Amino acid sequence: MTDAVEIRNAVKRYGNVTALHGVSLTIRDNEFFTLLGPSGCGKTTLLRMIAGFEDVTEGEIRLFGQNIANLEPNHRPVNTVFQHYALFPHMSVIDNVAFGLKMQKVAQDARRKRAAEMLEMVHLSAFADRLPAQLSGGQQQRVALARALAPSPKVLLLDEPLSALDLKLRQAMRVELKQLQEDTGITFIFVTHDQEEALTMSDRIAVMSAGHVQQIGTAQEIYEAPVNRFVADFIGETNLLPVEVLSVRDGRAEVTLPGGHRLQVAAAGQGIGKHHLSIRPERMALTEAGDLQAVVDRVVYLGTDRQVIARLEDGTPLHLRLQNSDRVAVPAPGKRVGLAVEAGAARLLAD
Amino acid sequence: MAGPGSNHAPGPGSWRGILVPLLLPTWAMIGIFLLLPVLLMAVYSFLTKEFRGGVEWEFSLAAYDQFFLNRGLFGDEPPTLEWTYITVFARSIAQAAGATALCLLIGFPTAWFIATRPASSRGIWLFLITVPYWVNLLIRTVSLRFLIRENGPLNDALMGVGLISEPLQIINTNMAVQLGLFYSYLPFMVLPIYAAVERYSFAYSEAAADLYANRWVTLREIVLPIVRPGIVAGCILVFIPSLGAFLAPNLLGGAKNFMIGSLIEEQFKKSLGNWPFGAAVSMILMTLVLIVLFVQARAATRQEVR
Repeated sequence: MTDAVEIRNAVKRYGNVTALHGVSLTIRDNEFFTLLGPSGCGKTTLLRMIAGFEDVTEGEIRLFGQNIANLEPNHRPVNTVFQHYALFPHMSVIDNVAFGLKMQKVAQDARRKRAAEMLEMVHLSAFADRLPAQLSGGQQQRVALARALAPSPKVLLLDEPLSALDLKLRQAMRVELKQLQEDTGITFIFVTHDQEEALTMSDRIAVMSAGHVQQIGTAQEIYEAPVNRFVADFIGETNLLPVEVLSVRDGRAEVTLPGGHRLQVAAAGQGIGKHHLSIRPERMALTEAGDLQAVVDRVVYLGTDRQVIARLEDGTPLHLRLQNSDRVAVPAPGKRVGLAVEAGAARLLAD
Repeated sequence: MAGPGSNHAPGPGSWRGILVPLLLPTWAMIGIFLLLPVLLMAVYSFLTKEFRGGVEWEFSLAAYDQFFLNRGLFGDEPPTLEWTYITVFARSIAQAAGATALCLLIGFPTAWFIATRPASSRGIWLFLITVPYWVNLLIRTVSLRFLIRENGPLNDALMGVGLISEPLQIINTNMAVQLGLFYSYLPFMVLPIYAAVERYSFAYSEAAADLYANRWVTLREIVLPIVRPGIVAGCILVFIPSLGAFLAPNLLGGAKNFMIGSLIEEQFKKSLGNWPFGAAVSMILMTLVLIVLFVQARAATRQEVR
C-alpha cells in the first residue's frame, strides 16, 4: 500500500537560517501522525510545506506517490485546520464549510447537503446561519474542522488546533479528534508542542527539535525507549544522570552513577565512556536494600501520587513517583532508603 | 452596533457634572463653525438677491426656481424643466465617479503594497504618500496644468521618444479634470484601504488557497469583502470632495467642463454673482451628498446585521 505522505530530505532555509535540516519521514495511510516539539523546532514549517504555504528549499514531498513539492496549495488534495481557525468572517458557518466544495465546482444543492452533513458530524447543525464571530472558541474549532473535512481531503493537516481552547474543552476535543480520524479514515497530521496531546491521540509521533527529527515511534516507544537526551527530557518527566560506562558485555553495560553506585543496564550501542542515563520516576520503588542508597529529602503530595525527592550520596537529586495507596509506606524526610530500579527502566542515551 | 453589555455611560449624576463643562468647547466649536454656516446658507438660499452681490432680507424661492425651472428668456413662458444646472450636476457626478474609480484602481494596489511591507518601512511609504500635501493644492494643480499642457514636458517627452507625433490634447478635457481630482485626493483612498489591509489576516488567504481557491477567486471572494469597509470609506472620502471641487475643473477642465464647485464659486466671486442661487446650489449638493451617505450607512448596517 502506498504511504500517505513521504518526505525525503526536506530542507528549508530562510536566507542563512536553516529551519529544517534534511528531514525524512513516512506517514502511513489512515494514520494519526503527530509532529511534536518545542516552538521553533520546525514542526509548523514542515506542516506548512506539506500544505504548500512554504516552498521546499531542497528535497521531495510525496503525497500517495506523487511529488507535490512544486504544486500550488490550491492544487494539493490536502486541507488544513489552522491554529486560529481562519474562518472567513464575512461568511455564515455553512458557507464557510461549503467553500472548498464551491471551489471544486460542486453543484449548489450537493454542496449544501454535504456541508449540512459535516455540521451535523461536529454537532453544529443549529448554528449553520451564524457568523463565525457569533460562536465560542470551541464551536469555531469544530467549524474549522468541518470546513477542512468537507472536501474529503486525502490528508488533513492540523496546526495546533487545540492550543486556543481551555483545558476541559481541549481534553474533550482530543477524544473527539481521534474518534473523527477513525470514523473518516483520513490520514491526520497533527502539530503540537503538548506532549500529553501527542501521547493520547497519535498512532505514531515524530519528536522534532532544532530542525531535526529526533525520533519516530508510537507513544509507548517514545516514552519508554527514548533514543537521546532530548527525547527523554522532552517527553514526560525523567531523571537524567551523567554516568560512566565501565564495561559492556552481552548487551549489558555496567555504569557508575554520581556518588559511585554501580548499576547494570541494557546497552544500546554505546561504548565505554561518559553518557547519560534516563530513569523514569514511576519506574523506581522504595525498598530496604535496593540498587541505590539515598536519603529522602522531601515528599510532595500530588493527588493520585506522591513525588519523593531523594538524594544520592553526592547530593544528586532523584525524583520518584509513589502511587497513593494503603500498601505503599510514605517515607519521612531524612530517612535512608534503598531504591529499586525496574529492569529495563534505566536507559542509556545518546547525547 | 451596540449589543447588550457594550459600554453604556457608567453612572448617572456624578459623571454628568464633569461631562458637560468638558464637552462645552466641542459643542461650541461644532455649533459656531459647522452648524451655523450651514444654517446661514440654508437661510440665504431662500432670500432675494441684491444686484451687486449680497442679499436682501426678503423671502423668495427664486433661487430654486432658477435651478429647476425654465420660464423662457423673459420669464413669461409656462415653466419647463431647466436642464442647464442638472447637466452640470450630472457632469460633476460623472467626473467625481471617474476620479474615484481612478483613485481606487491606483490606490488599492498602492495600499496593498504598503500594508504588505515589513512593519518597519510602512511608515516611510505612508509618509511619501502624504509628502505632496505639504504643498498648497492650488500650486500643485497649476503645476499639473503646466505639465500636461500642449507644449508641456509630458507631450515633449512623449514626442521625444517617438510615441506620438502630435501633442496630445489633455488639458481642457474631462480626463484632465479627473487626473487633477485623482492627484488631489489619492491619499484619501490609500489611507483607509491601507488601514483595512493592514488589519487583514493573510491566514484567510491561506485558508482560501488551502480550500482550492486560486488567487483571483481569493481576491474576489475573501480579500475584497473583508477589506470592503476600507474601500467604501476611501470611495466616499474621494467622491464627496471631488463632487464639490472647483480648483481642478477650473484650472484643468476649461469652460466646457464646468462643475458644481465652479458654479457655486461663480455666484460669490463677482459682482455679477447671485448669493441666494449659490446658496441654493450648495443646499442641493449637500442634500445629494447626504443621500449618498445615508444609502451607504444603510447598506453597511445591513451587512453588519447579517
